[in-house]
Amino acid sequence: MTGLLFAALAGALFAIGIYLLMRRSILKLVIGLLLIGHAANLSIFTAGRLDSPIPPIMTQDAIQLTAPTADPLPQALILTAIVIGFGLQAFLIVLVRRIVGRNGVDDTDEMTSTDIVDRGQEDGK
Amino acid sequence: MSGLLPMLPILVPMASAILLLALWRHPSIQRPLHALLSAVLLGVSVLLFLDVEQNGIRTVVVGGWRAPFGITFVADLFSSIVVVISGVLSLSVAVTFLRKPAAGERADSDRSPFFWPLLNTLLMGVNGAFLTGDLFNMYVWFEVLLISSFVLTVLGGRRSQFEGSIKYVTLNLMSSILFLVALGILYGTVGTLNMADLAVQLPKVQNTALVLALASLFFIAFGIKSAIFPLYFWLPASYHTLSAPLGALFAGLLTKVGVYALFRVFTLVFAPAMTQLQGVVLVVAAFTMVVGVFGAVIQYEVRRILSFHIISQIGYFIFALGIFTPIGLAAGVFYFVHHIIAKSNLFLVAGAMERVTGSADLRRMGGLYREHPRLAILFLIPAMALAGFPPLSGFWAKFSVIYAGFGSKLWVVGGVALFVGLLTIFSMMKIWSEGFWKNRPVEDTPFKDVESTGRLDVWTLAPIAFLAALSVLMGLFAGPVFDVMVRAGDQLMHPAAYINAVLGGSR
Repeated sequence: MTGLLFAALAGALFAIGIYLLMRRSILKLVIGLLLIGHAANLSIFTAGRLDSPIPPIMTQDAIQLTAPTADPLPQALILTAIVIGFGLQAFLIVLVRRIVGRNGVDDTDEMTSTDIVDRGQEDGK
Repeated sequence: MSGLLPMLPILVPMASAILLLALWRHPSIQRPLHALLSAVLLGVSVLLFLDVEQNGIRTVVVGGWRAPFGITFVADLFSSIVVVISGVLSLSVAVTFLRKPAAGERADSDRSPFFWPLLNTLLMGVNGAFLTGDLFNMYVWFEVLLISSFVLTVLGGRRSQFEGSIKYVTLNLMSSILFLVALGILYGTVGTLNMADLAVQLPKVQNTALVLALASLFFIAFGIKSAIFPLYFWLPASYHTLSAPLGALFAGLLTKVGVYALFRVFTLVFAPAMTQLQGVVLVVAAFTMVVGVFGAVIQYEVRRILSFHIISQIGYFIFALGIFTPIGLAAGVFYFVHHIIAKSNLFLVAGAMERVTGSADLRRMGGLYREHPRLAILFLIPAMALAGFPPLSGFWAKFSVIYAGFGSKLWVVGGVALFVGLLTIFSMMKIWSEGFWKNRPVEDTPFKDVESTGRLDVWTLAPIAFLAALSVLMGLFAGPVFDVMVRAGDQLMHPAAYINAVLGGSR
């Protein structure tokens, strides 16, 4: 049951995040990426069998925690992912601040100069 | 010490990064020291390759935890070959950076004292992704190289760099997140993330639809990083905004990490799912080749043309993967080596062209053949190699991929590959005739898009000549080189040796 709840929550976060990515504001884009990152972490969390009451203790020759046992490893994975995500978000926020300060716009539609081919001289030739 | 050999290509750049960071107050020392440390990196990479070539697959179990639990680093022929090539490239680029900036030249990103440590953490991430035997660890290395590359893309602080970086950052973060989600679902399904262990466990999973969905998720996640057909938009938007030597390093290494991951994961972990995905992979390969080469046609800046050609070349890699025979994968590995050498070299040449003419735009260039005949010859070698003229490396690379494709009766995609080769020649001829052959246009108003010094020194030409010589040698000695590639392809196609080397007696 908890698993279903988490899945729904992760799905909702994905949806909100992707909606924000579609917006033209760079700040909203960053918030969107942040939310999608959280959604990814939550979906890993569910891989650890949230409902299981059986503690993760293995016999000596076993090589894997099998189905009914709770698995703590995904939490270790998320911890790594959260730290990495935190660093990336800090970078992104500074980047947005610099972009808005340098280019003076918070609109991705205004940021096309690296894509557009300058054809200005072609006609003159 | 020799037991740690497979980890040295990761540890050397890590130590270099720390050392160079400690010297941040002494930029005049950092620059030559980085070149020296890159030479050390190349040295240990070559040692690793020779060892793997002689004694077979090498593994290191970190912390002494046996295979499915701990993180394993694995060096097989494919990974040691790409580690050597990344060492070659990092040394060449480091030598290019040794050039003394002319007086009054605009400060570029490599003036920052943090540039050098970041360059080394980038190499650490790249080599880590090449050598790890654990999927989650690969994610971590991807993040290490991504965050380094993010900072490196914006270090110059120019407007275009910011615009390019926001596209680069967003799409690459999306790819990382998809990778992470796929990892979570994969772990929930199989209960392991060690790639060798996955290769054993995954075929036992009953739910083949789930496995196929997972394989597709990985394909998309790595596909964004390697810039395949519908997912490549970040690449031509950002690569040409970098400084030229840095662009060469990015062009040579970063997309190739994605391609490496595709090769590794789809030969080792998802080999059974490949039979279902093969059609998709081949269609994507064909579109990637065609779209990349057509995108280059309308461009008039040298490095923008070259950026689109990266995409087109990625198509050949994906084609080699889609053929999915030992000879196809061997051709893919050969293409890997050829592509990194030729493409990075062209980016270095483009940087030299921009500096002597003062413009990135081909319409404003010209007369370079008369003014700098040595540069012209050095452009021709990698350009002909990229277009696939014999006896250069590119001929054998294209020939072997297309030969393997026809061998598997993939007439259409093979035909597309041949046709794209023709268009590649067109683009290279355009750079040649516009930049080198025609007279330099007379301008009404003086322009200065890029800082121009009007002359070339040995630090610029030596790495270009070195990489060009490698292209020629690889073409002339294609037989012995290809023998090694065939063994690498064989190891990829028959992962039993890899699995045995990692899991050993634990099963």
